[in-house]
Amino acid sequence: MKIVILGGGPAGLYSGLLIKKTNPAHDITIIERNAADVTYGWGVVFSDRTLASFQRADNKTYEQITDQFVIWDAIDVYYGDHKISCGGHVISSISRKSLLNILQRRCHELGINIQFSREINDLAELGDHDLLIAADGLNSIVRKKYESSFKPSLEYGKARYIWLGATKILDAFTFIFRENEFGLFQVHSYPFNGTTSTFIIECDETSWLKAGLDKADEAQSLAYCQQLLADNLDGATLLSNNSKWISFPTLKTQHWHHKNTVLLGDAIHTAHFSIGSGTKLAMEDAIALAGALEQHTDLETALNEYELERKPVVEIFQKAARESQAYFETLKRYLTLDPVQFTFNLLTRSGRITYDDLRLRDPRFGDLVDRWTAQKASSMLSTTAGYHPEQKASSMLTTAGDCHPERSEGSVVAPPPIFTPVVTLSTAKDLVAPPPLFTPLGLRNLKLPNRVALSPLSTCTAQNGMPGEAYIQQMQSAASGGVGIVVTEHVAISADGRITPNSAGIYNAKQVEVWKHIVDFIHNQTPAKVTIQLNHAGRRGSTRPRAHGLDRPLRDDNWSLLSASSIPYTPSSQVPKEMDRDDMNRVLEDFVRATQKAFEAGFDVLQLNFAHGYLLASFLSPLANLRHDEYGGGLEHRMRFPLEIFDAVRAAWPQDKPISVTISASDCAKGGFEVDDAVVIAKMFKEHGCDIIVVVAGQTTIDSEPTYGRGFLTPFSDRIRNEAGILTMVGGYLTTSDEVNTIIAAGRADLCIMDPPQLKDLYWAIPAVAQM
Amino acid sequence: MQVGVGLPSTVPGAQGQLIIEWACRADEGPFSSLGVLDRLAYDSYDPLITLGTVAGVTHRVKLATTIIIGPLHNNTLLAKTTASLDALSGGRLVLGLAVGARKEDYDITGVDYRGRGKRLSEQLSSLRSLWEESHIGPKTVRSNGPDLLVGGLSDQGYARMVRFADGYVHGGGPPRAFARAADKAYAAWSDAGRPAKPQLWAQGYFALGDDNVKEAGYRYLRDYYAFTGPFAERIAAGLLTSPQAIAQFIRGYHDAGCDELVLFPTVPDLVQLDRLAEILHGQGRRVG
Repeated sequence: MKIVILGGGPAGLYSGLLIKKTNPAHDITIIERNAADVTYGWGVVFSDRTLASFQRADNKTYEQITDQFVIWDAIDVYYGDHKISCGGHVISSISRKSLLNILQRRCHELGINIQFSREINDLAELGDHDLLIAADGLNSIVRKKYESSFKPSLEYGKARYIWLGATKILDAFTFIFRENEFGLFQVHSYPFNGTTSTFIIECDETSWLKAGLDKADEAQSLAYCQQLLADNLDGATLLSNNSKWISFPTLKTQHWHHKNTVLLGDAIHTAHFSIGSGTKLAMEDAIALAGALEQHTDLETALNEYELERKPVVEIFQKAARESQAYFETLKRYLTLDPVQFTFNLLTRSGRITYDDLRLRDPRFGDLVDRWTAQKASSMLSTTAGYHPEQKASSMLTTAGDCHPERSEGSVVAPPPIFTPVVTLSTAKDLVAPPPLFTPLGLRNLKLPNRVALSPLSTCTAQNGMPGEAYIQQMQSAASGGVGIVVTEHVAISADGRITPNSAGIYNAKQVEVWKHIVDFIHNQTPAKVTIQLNHAGRRGSTRPRAHGLDRPLRDDNWSLLSASSIPYTPSSQVPKEMDRDDMNRVLEDFVRATQKAFEAGFDVLQLNFAHGYLLASFLSPLANLRHDEYGGGLEHRMRFPLEIFDAVRAAWPQDKPISVTISASDCAKGGFEVDDAVVIAKMFKEHGCDIIVVVAGQTTIDSEPTYGRGFLTPFSDRIRNEAGILTMVGGYLTTSDEVNTIIAAGRADLCIMDPPQLKDLYWAIPAVAQM
Repeated sequence: MQVGVGLPSTVPGAQGQLIIEWACRADEGPFSSLGVLDRLAYDSYDPLITLGTVAGVTHRVKLATTIIIGPLHNNTLLAKTTASLDALSGGRLVLGLAVGARKEDYDITGVDYRGRGKRLSEQLSSLRSLWEESHIGPKTVRSNGPDLLVGGLSDQGYARMVRFADGYVHGGGPPRAFARAADKAYAAWSDAGRPAKPQLWAQGYFALGDDNVKEAGYRYLRDYYAFTGPFAERIAAGLLTSPQAIAQFIRGYHDAGCDELVLFPTVPDLVQLDRLAEILHGQGRRVG
């Protein structure tokens, strides 16, 4: 075959040499617009797994790369005046120039014709060919020419970054976080040869504009960064190579080949630099393409195979990169975290690395996280009533020299601090610490023994609001499993507030008896505490039990429904009455009476449900609340009645007992409220005396569509916890201790609701094996 | 986990008599269900007619549609047809529905391709009430009707399952692909407050025999899935062609939480059924 490769970067050179190796009869020409020794860029990063694939693909280049690369094992995080290290992340780096030299020499060796300094402006200049490989980068002219076939989409990140080098010898992948009067600047840096390192400086748009960097030229930008990072550089010089401030472009392409033209590398996909290198992706593309061409003689089949093999892998990588990129764009949210937690949160940002992974990579760091988490938990416990986590007002610029959890009040804007030595392990007092999920949590007068909550599955068959025997058993057995807290399912504040005729209630003395019986058992026989979830079903009431579906209206014995507005929940649902002031007063009284009964029954925590499309949720969501009075309209107005309920309940519930509130972080439907609104709502509840927010999402209307999956609610909890500055509890299908440990240690939530694992039992009694 | 077998009703060349004989033999064991697929513009049998026919010659196996293209059917007629099938089979029907993947099937019936998702939701919403409706007979064996499953990989699929159905049908793939879908199904189910857990069904394709048999299987899959473009090759690559492959597949699905796995033939020959039965017997599966 006659093959033309457009672009003499790593992608073009590597694919050329690999394809030539599979069949020397191929006539391969590589066309590159730059001269042989001219290049931009600094270092290129490879993980050990990537290197292993290079070794298999072409041992010669692998050996030359490993001769010249720099390899290291640790990640250092400089956060304010602290430095935290975590080992076990083996990464190597080589200068782009050296890499290109190695690949060029190998190509020459194999007899590939490379034409340098030849810029192509029109594809007709390429002449005849059987296959055109476009490795011409982000601004690929090939992709642009056949745009309608390839269908690319380009999205720019919100942050700005500048890619520099430094004459500094680093020995680890180094993150630096520095706050000044203009905002927050973060640095991604790593060594790539004995004398130089890559320094990528990133910041959000606001900081960039405030610092006047939009008007700075190359020299001014360099000077600014030099000054900003003076302490970390410690005498070294920052270097520029025609570097400019840019936004990161994420490129995705729907189709990767068109007839006898195929794309590779940056020409089809890019991924944020915080998670790895585009060069790695490009070279892996080359390996796959060469493999596919070797296996299939039919060109179309080969190109299909290449696309089918690489696309899913690249998509997963791009998703992790997107998570990481988003993390760096919203970093400000985490500045209230203490250094150890901040570092753990950073390392687990993309979802690919968990608590157990980090323990394996660096047991010493794992122990540090355990000790810090335990120490923090016990010091929080000793705080008196009205705990609020890390005050948003303080910045990380404290003069404290160790990871002491108490924060200073008020905003501190100080000149960049002098670097202080590494935090020593002796500052974490407890030598033997349990994993994070076993640390205690204080809520007002309550001490929870661990961070795990269980809410028994809703098989509640109450009659007239009286919980049945089966449910009593379930609550008791859930509490006996060692969890810290058990939460009831929805308990109606009145008969009309029930969801189905089988819903439990707490509106008469008989029901209180049964609840008291459950609570007494749990208090006397288990270490767990108990939460009652008070609810009024609103427009989702008067429906059939949920064995065969949701929101199916009852055939007979319906009761009337109330809601913020007269909109039925489903097209076949009863139309609810728009609540008037009398209705509101009645419901208010019902909530207060239910609160008093909950106290009588001995519950430890009261949880109010403002989510999932029930009565109180209908006021919060613009999709369900179309009122024109003072209870509808903007967010403050929509919150009015919900807050009335909250205040009345808070007043009726003992001051030393905690209250939690369930809110939908997002309606997950068009026109509904989003996480930004949820953060505001959470803050309002916090101001009124709420102790912890239970984060859920969706079910506001039947069109709500959250994206389900393991831990799908965690990002919502993370945002609300760290932006509103309030404790959170979250579920979302968590079934392993690793998931819970990761969430707690990273500060994404304070309590986790676990689902019992649905996997088939791994342990069988022998007779049962035959039925498998 | 139970293992069922598909009927060869969508494999070109399958004679009517073969399908009936296949069902009889499968009923003797060790399969727990018979599955059918739905494809209008293809050399295949109508799935409901096929199940109706084999209901008459079987007594034990469940009769499952994995899936039929719901929106192509009028809701009331579908309710009556499936209620009849349920009653005539002694309550063995498991009804799996989805929007289907081929526009061609919509075009030739004149049903609008756009809005098929909404139509499916409406259909799912009305089916149970129609089954419970006394004036549109017959009465189903259980008062709330047969088990209802939803198929499809989109987020809407899981939302539909949670709102209207008893479980989920996965379209095929390696065990890890199923595991991801299972996670989503469980997450959605528990989030919505549905009691217990959803039923999870899944499927795979097999061809057991010499190279000619395997080649015939590959050819069938490439042809059946030709409408997916290059993806057909991927699906064909997943064909199970040895006892070991089938054992690994079953194990993988079991570990990922599958409740019932239906293995579909790709070659219209009774010997395929016998060979698969032999493998299951070898695993210790008997009738049931």
